Amino acid sequence: MRKWLVQPEFVVDRDPKRCIQCQVCVRQCSNDVHEHNAEEGTITTDSSRCVGCHRCATLCPAGAISIRQAELEFRPNANWSAYAIRNIYKQAEGGGVLLTSMGNDRPYASFWDRMVLNASQVTNPSIDPLREPMELTTFLGGKPDRIEFDRNGGKPRMTTVLGPQLKLELPVMFSAMSFGSISLNASLALARAAREAGTYANTGEGGMHRDIVPYASNMVVQVASGRFGVTAEYLRRAAAIEIKIGQGAKPGIGGHLPAEKVDAAVSETRMIPEGTDAISPAPHHDIYSIEDLKQLIYALKEVTGYEKPVAVKIAAVHNVAAIGSGCVHAGADIVVIDGFRGGTGAAPTQIRDHVGIPIELALAAVDSRLRQEGIRNRASLVVAGGFRSSADVVKAIALGADAVYIATAALISMGCHLCQKCYTGKCNWGIATQDPILTKRLNPEVATRRLTNLLRGWSHEIKEMLGGMGINAVESLRGNRDHLRGVGMTDGELRALGIKQAGEGA
Amino acid sequence: MKRIYAREEHCIACRLCEITCLVRRSKSKNIVKAFRNEKDRITPGIRVEESGRLSFALQCRHCSDAPCIEACIGGAMHRDPATMAVVCNEERCLGCWSCVMVCPAGAVTPGKDGKVASKCDLCAGDSTPVCVENCPNGALVYEERKG
Repeated sequence: MRKWLVQPEFVVDRDPKRCIQCQVCVRQCSNDVHEHNAEEGTITTDSSRCVGCHRCATLCPAGAISIRQAELEFRPNANWSAYAIRNIYKQAEGGGVLLTSMGNDRPYASFWDRMVLNASQVTNPSIDPLREPMELTTFLGGKPDRIEFDRNGGKPRMTTVLGPQLKLELPVMFSAMSFGSISLNASLALARAAREAGTYANTGEGGMHRDIVPYASNMVVQVASGRFGVTAEYLRRAAAIEIKIGQGAKPGIGGHLPAEKVDAAVSETRMIPEGTDAISPAPHHDIYSIEDLKQLIYALKEVTGYEKPVAVKIAAVHNVAAIGSGCVHAGADIVVIDGFRGGTGAAPTQIRDHVGIPIELALAAVDSRLRQEGIRNRASLVVAGGFRSSADVVKAIALGADAVYIATAALISMGCHLCQKCYTGKCNWGIATQDPILTKRLNPEVATRRLTNLLRGWSHEIKEMLGGMGINAVESLRGNRDHLRGVGMTDGELRALGIKQAGEGA
Repeated sequence: MKRIYAREEHCIACRLCEITCLVRRSKSKNIVKAFRNEKDRITPGIRVEESGRLSFALQCRHCSDAPCIEACIGGAMHRDPATMAVVCNEERCLGCWSCVMVCPAGAVTPGKDGKVASKCDLCAGDSTPVCVENCPNGALVYEERKG
């Protein structure tokens, strides 16, 4: 039966005055929007299939294609928005769980956009990062409660033994995206860019493809509830290990890589049969308490001879402060908090859009709680979930983070247009697909260059902002909430974030 | 000498190389005008060959012992002493297609006008050929390689 209630979301306009009939659009669209009619010598467009990924419009050499939202307006209704109505039409046709991809796109307030940074004027000098040294190097891992020195004989020597540390050239890493959810070319680009920029990429829960192994020293490997691809070797070759408890886009639920995406390479890497669903359970079936988590953390430390930092990644939920503190007590060297704007390859729409809390509030809560308990030094805090710019990164550090994980921003730099159709496996940009014709569209060399450019740009900007505040090392900004002020926030929000209202002085 | 090399592992068969080559060879240099008015007279010097998943852009290899120069009966096909590129002097080309027949790469084609041979001239005068410049996926490179 025809799906007649779901109307097209986009209209593809072709300017007949500009179209040269070159058929680039026809060849590039994996959704068959454009069709060439050889007999008539025309190109026809079926807008109903358009996902708004802009591949055709971007590659059209004549600039003949534009894409706009379909102007099919419903009668205005404050309760029943077009979005709500369309979702019901879709659901009534399929009868399943509505799926979507990437991060929460609902109009929740962004607290980053209501926080502003400080700068020096007159009484304290600002610093020009192009003339003076500026330190962005960040070490992730537990720091000792105190440092002891042996002062006998010549130079003082530190006697305190430091735990394993992850050295970052800038406080930004690429967060977990599994091979399977993204293509091997995309994974390779992330790994190479991480190495070039002196930071780390993350395997996600899909195991490590053999082509990524040469970059293992710049990879954080994930141990998730499905335990895909986990071997002693996998853990030992990595720079750090991350236990994935939750994901910001879908807290409380597991993962599902559909059988169609499990080809020979994914099957080998994940160590599961080809063409079977890869299901990550919602919980780790061996973790039901902080004590259980501690067992897994120490099992992983035993396997790797206590040489690698072990991170625990949790989704930002209501009780995140207590859970974060529990992770530190369990022995995590790094606690990763993933906010509700974090992306995903596939998630139920209702979960993505309505479960979890904003990363800004979660970060402030965890940092404050760890400080109150006097254990903030025992673990580094890494935050993730919708970081869009270097300013977001600087604000996060001022709020208490040691470093930031980016993934959506990284994908966008490679060409992603946020059409949110990763779950279909038909990504026209060659990123979230395993179709060999589509994956070819992402040349890993080009993608690596774009990723390193992004990181270089951000690192310049972070230095500028630090310099403006009169700070010459990112460490001096960490948790320095006095450099943040709130604009247009309620007292409750300011209190939860632990910052002052703009206009209030020191 | 610098040559154009195709990297088939990155070619996405979009054919933008063919399109930009045609525009460069047009009088108007305007994509819309070139395709509207001049398309039937211009032969691009590059052609995307496709078979299933495999595709790559083929153009003249500018062979050091170019058979097309040897075979040319009118002395049209010659090596440009400045760029070392193999080019066709259209004034002298008789349209006998000897070059088309001997080219081991199939990179010389009869021009659409049916009179003179058409081939890649490495965008004589440009620092980078337009096909290389406009490839969206880095599937064409212009570089010096040994051998």
